[in-house]
Amino acid sequence: MTLREGCAATRNTTGRALRAFCAPSLLDVSNALEFHDVSKRYGRTWALARLSFVLPEGGSLLLTGHNGSGKTTLLRLLATLFRPTTGRVLLFGKDAVTERETLRPRIALLGHSTFLYEDLSARENCVLLARLLGRPAGEADALLERLGLGARAHEAVRTFSAGMKKRLAIVRLLLKRPALALLDEPFGELDPAGIAEMEEHVRGLSRAGATVVLATHQVEHGQTLCTERLHLASGRAPPA
Amino acid sequence: MTPPVAPGLLWTAWILVRKDLLLEWRSRARANALVFFSLSTLLLFSFALGPDTTFLKRAAGGTLWLAILLASVLALGESFRVEQENGALDGLRLAPADARALFLAKALANTALLVLVGAVLLPVLLALASVSPTLGLGRLAGVLVLGCLAISAPGTVYSAISSHARSRDVLLPLLLFPLLIPTVVAAAKATSLVFEGDPMLQFGSWLGLLAGFNVVYWSLGFALFPRVVED
Repeated sequence: MTLREGCAATRNTTGRALRAFCAPSLLDVSNALEFHDVSKRYGRTWALARLSFVLPEGGSLLLTGHNGSGKTTLLRLLATLFRPTTGRVLLFGKDAVTERETLRPRIALLGHSTFLYEDLSARENCVLLARLLGRPAGEADALLERLGLGARAHEAVRTFSAGMKKRLAIVRLLLKRPALALLDEPFGELDPAGIAEMEEHVRGLSRAGATVVLATHQVEHGQTLCTERLHLASGRAPPA
Repeated sequence: MTPPVAPGLLWTAWILVRKDLLLEWRSRARANALVFFSLSTLLLFSFALGPDTTFLKRAAGGTLWLAILLASVLALGESFRVEQENGALDGLRLAPADARALFLAKALANTALLVLVGAVLLPVLLALASVSPTLGLGRLAGVLVLGCLAISAPGTVYSAISSHARSRDVLLPLLLFPLLIPTVVAAAKATSLVFEGDPMLQFGSWLGLLAGFNVVYWSLGFALFPRVVED
């Protein structure tokens, strides 16, 4: 099942369509992502409402929508950082809530937050992640060099510009060698050269077989990188 | 190429303790603030109790532990602020770092900080109250470490809970102080016995009680922390 078919079902998000969509015969473990009737509520506000779609392994999905349409919520659900209020999220055939510990080593998120400790150096931040992943520190050093941060690797992150922090966050993302890369506004705070580099990193992830979900307002960049597109309006995929 | 092997629980905790202590060393602001705050508290208690040295000697244990308890609110509250900044806690969850390792690391780093505060306060207290560790410095150090461990474990859980709340500075002591009353009583009593001598051989019982609180608090914290962080 492709995303387009999944989205077609999503676009008719009625109970009947959804039951058909979720029929066991259609559940395919080769799907990287499966959203089954997923809703997420904050207090009284529904950020996502009965959303369903699938994306095959190695696919790339461009998420678009206005501010507050639920893009970040969707990415955090995929990152296993949120649990859905209703519905079910499957990643690589595994439940994103009950099997999140197994899934997390395969997932990397580049979000609005950089996940960095300001008082640690760039290298210390990356080596910390490398150690938690059981990887040698040399991998972090090599990536810092590759992304042009080698010269300032020993300086505190607090002294970095927003663009450099973004680059460092990309180093963290690449260090995980993710099977699922989640990118939330990856082009923000980057200069034109940085945007071109970021595009190349996304292509590299896709070439390496990673499934990529990219949320951005800069559709012109995203369109060239993703094969599928899902537009959200107030937490729903609008009717076709 | 062999696939990477993620570190086990204790090694992850060690990696995170090192990170927390390094962050503490880099900023040093929290440690400095804690030391000055707790010293001020100790002096204020001494002035409030008056110049009666006999009374000051009797109250020395309680004074020390009240100063440490008040300082712990600052220490514990700050320990999760650094994880909220830039969403670092989410980064650790996604790394992934076991939430139980995170608990062990945070609680041990907080204990180290409180023991440091206690170690700075003790000489000042000895001078102010004209007391000496009659039962020996080793026993005094034992009470200090056990007491700080017993404050840190529940304090770490509650600081994680309150870190998301808007009124976290008020919420943390409201949650923590009632729970720590027995701990502070046991620690203060054991400390007083170290200062005044132990003719009735009660020291072991108070120390045992303190150890018992530690077993309960650390076990509960270890079991509950993943739910606090994840849910």
